[in-house]
Amino acid sequence: MGKVLVFVEHVEGHLRTSALPAITFGREAAKQQGGALALLLMGKGVQAAADEAAKLGHDVLAVDDAGLEHYLAETYAPIVARVAKEQGATLVAATATALGKDLLPRAAALLDAGMASDVTAIVGAKKFARPMQAGNVIAQVEVTTDVVVASVRQTAFPPAQAEGAPGTVTVLAAGNLDARGAAFVSVQTTKSERPELTDAKIVVSGGRGMKEGANFKILEELADLLGGAMGASRAACDAGMVPNDLQVGQTGKVVAPNLYIAVAISGAIQHLAGMKGSKVIVAVNKDPEAPIFQVADYGLVSTWEKALPELIAEVKKLQAAQR
Amino acid sequence: MKILVTLKRVPDPEQKVKFKGAAIDFSGTNWVPNQFDEYAVETALRLTENASAGGARDGEVVVASIGPKDVAQQLRSALAMGADRAILVDGDDAQLDAELVARAVVKLVEQEKPDLVLMGKLAADAEDNQVGQLVAGYLNWPQATFAATIEVTDGGKALAVGREVDSGVETKRVALPAVVTVDLRIIAPHAIKNGKTAPDHAYAEGPRYASLKGIMAAKKKPIAETTMAALGVTGAMRVKTVAVEAPPPRKAGIKVASVEELVAKLHNEAKVL
Repeated sequence: MGKVLVFVEHVEGHLRTSALPAITFGREAAKQQGGALALLLMGKGVQAAADEAAKLGHDVLAVDDAGLEHYLAETYAPIVARVAKEQGATLVAATATALGKDLLPRAAALLDAGMASDVTAIVGAKKFARPMQAGNVIAQVEVTTDVVVASVRQTAFPPAQAEGAPGTVTVLAAGNLDARGAAFVSVQTTKSERPELTDAKIVVSGGRGMKEGANFKILEELADLLGGAMGASRAACDAGMVPNDLQVGQTGKVVAPNLYIAVAISGAIQHLAGMKGSKVIVAVNKDPEAPIFQVADYGLVSTWEKALPELIAEVKKLQAAQR
Repeated sequence: MKILVTLKRVPDPEQKVKFKGAAIDFSGTNWVPNQFDEYAVETALRLTENASAGGARDGEVVVASIGPKDVAQQLRSALAMGADRAILVDGDDAQLDAELVARAVVKLVEQEKPDLVLMGKLAADAEDNQVGQLVAGYLNWPQATFAATIEVTDGGKALAVGREVDSGVETKRVALPAVVTVDLRIIAPHAIKNGKTAPDHAYAEGPRYASLKGIMAAKKKPIAETTMAALGVTGAMRVKTVAVEAPPPRKAGIKVASVEELVAKLHNEAKVL
């Protein structure tokens, strides 16, 4: 039976937490197919991350080259396709992060493979469930090509934990790199001490109703109190109140925390698509007709100006009682 | 610069999805242009005009759509916005997957020889987020997906594209010809710098409205019709949708009267605090 190849993102010598659900997906698929699972890491100086990946209990293929320091679809996709062919992989997967979404279709083109995007469940051999239409439709798709490519929705599979004996790390040559006239220039990132948005157990999100960026301070206070991450609606990002990488929605990040607190967010379809999978949803909005209340488990009709200081005080009281 | 823009019609995202057995019921569906594609049309127009000189055009914008003949309506809207001409590829959406659509776009690229292919980052119905990357892969062109800003550089031979990535914004340079897919922020007032329009020019947020003059002019602009078969794209879908269903409904929520009640419920009932 065919092998499963999972492309794994890493940063500063560690696996990205967003990469771990795709490994869980790969395990499930490999079990069903009766084939082995191999993990593919690429970049410059990948040894430490490759060792970390091997500890999860799978064989690791590491492509280490100075020319791969910065991700480019143009240089990465041909290597993913080549390694998949060399390994006889019949399923190639990665988490549907911004990078995964950019890379996998290009690799699928080179592999002449059909691709299922944003997979939320394995239904059968080459059959997957995936959301469409902003999460209002769950489709079952069947891929008919010999080689299948799949991107995996991060929130749909638990992060992989180590199991069994560590795997081995095999270093593979990058071969000739041709960026096809593309070049990485720079990346502007926002540093934060808070947990990653897509990974946090609790997310506190603010919307247009917060009026200005300075008002997000009170949401940050609540998020920090709860050990949660900050999120925002498109409207709040577009208005420049917070950086774009906080955006939750069809554009932006899909989150599914245990608790999602939406403050002054009306609940556009665009936003709901990114948070409807949360276990418990709390909405605070002054407009009782706001669509966000239709998905909220607990709705509070109130201005944030009134509700948030009270909420912070109540949470502090509860935490003091729990100590 | 010659730009090929793709435009798909999709069911109005604001309309509730209806099901008929294991399929979507499209009777009574209101079809609208895919928002990301509409933004791609706006992007193409901003790239090929001098907005500081009364919108003088420099370049050509060709808009293409694959779908039933009715997509002429969406194409006509793009022409009214200012695109120069359109191509309608007759095809049945139910028989198309990302690969077939991408193959058709490649054929159009071979015919039209554009400097740039602009697309929305995804279609709001299938949400595959594949076609742009597939086209770039098949053509072996550079790609810049999820564009939030575009600046024309190297005297029109390359683009510096600000891309929405998970950690922030990445700037990637792509030599032309290239494939660029656009994200929501590409229609911000200062998102496009084309080297002609004054760099401090502020566009109105969003895709432009068609002027009455634009609507009249669009009636005279050509829409060339072709078919998937005429383009030489035949074959079965590789990714078939075999069933669809509504997601499991969320259980109805409640309204709480106070913050105190909310925190008590989150602690005792939901057990998340």
